[in-house]
Amino acid sequence: MEIVKPAIAGTLESSDCQVTVEPGDGEIDFTLKSSVINQYGNQIRKVVFETLESLGVGSVKISIVDKGALDCTIKARVEGAVFRSAGQMEHLPWGGAIRP
Amino acid sequence: MINAVGRDIPEEILEMTGKEVFHGNNYFDGYVFQKASPSTKCVINSNGSKVIESIHEALVKCEIRDGMTLGFHHHFRDGDYIVNMVMKEVHEMGIKDITICASSLGKAHDPLVKYIEDGTITNIQSSGVRGKIGEAISNGKLKGLAIMRSHGGRVRAIETGEVHLDISFIGAPTCDDYGNCRGIGGKSNCGVLSYSMVDGDYADKVVAITDCLVPFPNFPAHISMTKVDYVVVVDEIGDPEKIATGAAKPTKDMRKLMMADYCTQFVVNTPYFKNGFSYQTGVGGASIASTISLAKIMKERGIRMRFGIGGLTKPMCDLLINDQVDALLDTQDFDLAAVESVKDLRHFRISAGQYASPFNKGAVVNKLDFVILATLEVDVHFNCNVVVGSDGMITGAQGGHPDTAAGAKCTIVITPLLQGRTPAVCSEVTTVTTPGESVDVVITDYGIAINPRRQDLIACMKEKEVALPFKTIEELRDMAYSIAGKPQKVEFGERIVGIIESRDGTIMDVVRQIKPFEFSEK
Repeated sequence: MEIVKPAIAGTLESSDCQVTVEPGDGEIDFTLKSSVINQYGNQIRKVVFETLESLGVGSVKISIVDKGALDCTIKARVEGAVFRSAGQMEHLPWGGAIRP
Repeated sequence: MINAVGRDIPEEILEMTGKEVFHGNNYFDGYVFQKASPSTKCVINSNGSKVIESIHEALVKCEIRDGMTLGFHHHFRDGDYIVNMVMKEVHEMGIKDITICASSLGKAHDPLVKYIEDGTITNIQSSGVRGKIGEAISNGKLKGLAIMRSHGGRVRAIETGEVHLDISFIGAPTCDDYGNCRGIGGKSNCGVLSYSMVDGDYADKVVAITDCLVPFPNFPAHISMTKVDYVVVVDEIGDPEKIATGAAKPTKDMRKLMMADYCTQFVVNTPYFKNGFSYQTGVGGASIASTISLAKIMKERGIRMRFGIGGLTKPMCDLLINDQVDALLDTQDFDLAAVESVKDLRHFRISAGQYASPFNKGAVVNKLDFVILATLEVDVHFNCNVVVGSDGMITGAQGGHPDTAAGAKCTIVITPLLQGRTPAVCSEVTTVTTPGESVDVVITDYGIAINPRRQDLIACMKEKEVALPFKTIEELRDMAYSIAGKPQKVEFGERIVGIIESRDGTIMDVVRQIKPFEFSEK
């Protein structure tokens, strides 16, 4: 998928994360602020990269402010931001690019 | 050297401090020592008043100089103005290398960070530190070692002479011109002055600071004039709203209420729940809720409590009002109802030493049946951590946690399984503050684990077929990890910035400098 315009998903509430995506320069530019970075920083990075890969996103500037979200939440917020960025609000590929 | 809770205490720290590693709770039972003694400047011809003009004058008269140790109490909690007022003056006088020996420090003391950075303060000894001071210490800004000691441990350290207080400052809600201090009767009341009593007995110089000078005699005095050198009157000693809050509304958080209910069910099914039992709880939402639900069952079954210890809040004082308890023993008051209750004749003020010191002829924690505590982390060895956050930052205080846990027959720790994403039940706590040998039961929202050391309690619950979700502590940890993912071990720098002192003065654990996080893959 192509990141067309800047988009945001998620909140700064406890146990949530706010994901911002912007068009990239041909690579994944990842930044993370997290309340649990010392314990889960690498895990969060892994989930984000896996999610982007399954969505077919290879060029994106993605920044995340995490307030202790679980992996499933992070994944959902990344997917939400990417689909908003691509302007795709309907016919979402549940079970396809969006996997449980 | 590996200590009794499996922590490796580096030789350099043992050499630097002259301390032993922790050998278990009862290592010093029967130990004999000579108590330290302060110097006393006699007051014979004082013209009947000890009131002086200012904190500056007090510091001059007390002959403040570089390298001194200053004592403070934390009864004013987040509303305290005393520590900052005194340290501002110390700083302006250009004094360096001060050791602060406080019963605790909190967010109110964030302004001290600049004095840590410029070398005015080079050592901190406290029950714990929160806020910016915690961050400063974790970032290696304090020149010396921070020493975290429990409320009982502070008294022990002072009475053995391990720390000598040169000048102690007592924030006094009321005081007369001859130094009789009370925690009540003024405009910034904290109820009791228990943590300062050891300062009164062992500091060379004692300065009472008040914003409410009352006529002599301010009796019954909580700190006697016989221990006070000077009295200073200031405009405000603290923020009354932050010293004693209004009664906290009973929690409506269903998860906390469920844990409180588990706790009460457990308590009433132990053999200790009978007429004449004793009880203490912390001030967390779940702990307070369990006191409320316990009071209900006590009433239903006609069971009376002999005494309650605090850290007091309204629900404990309500037991007194409703005649469900014979006596309250008080070291600190958290809300206005508790402050008000101090006037009750069955509400007794006790010193921190009487409360919790392991180095006297027996403290009241040793007479406790139940204590209900919270924790930041508890591990599969039942070790608790109440000082260092799971991210490695110093963020809490020992308080009376290790003291009451060691003393009580049944120590119950309540914590949600996950604090946000962070598993509260884990394989190994970041830092050990309370040893697993002191902790009998862990109650979470996902189940309850009894320490295998307490086969008697396990058998008791089985025999009575108590309908609670019992699990092993490993099962609780596994559940936490299956939800949140297994946390990565926090990486620390090499430098040791603080030690967690056991209540008997041995080393329970060390705290290392924090290290900025780096991804393992770029």
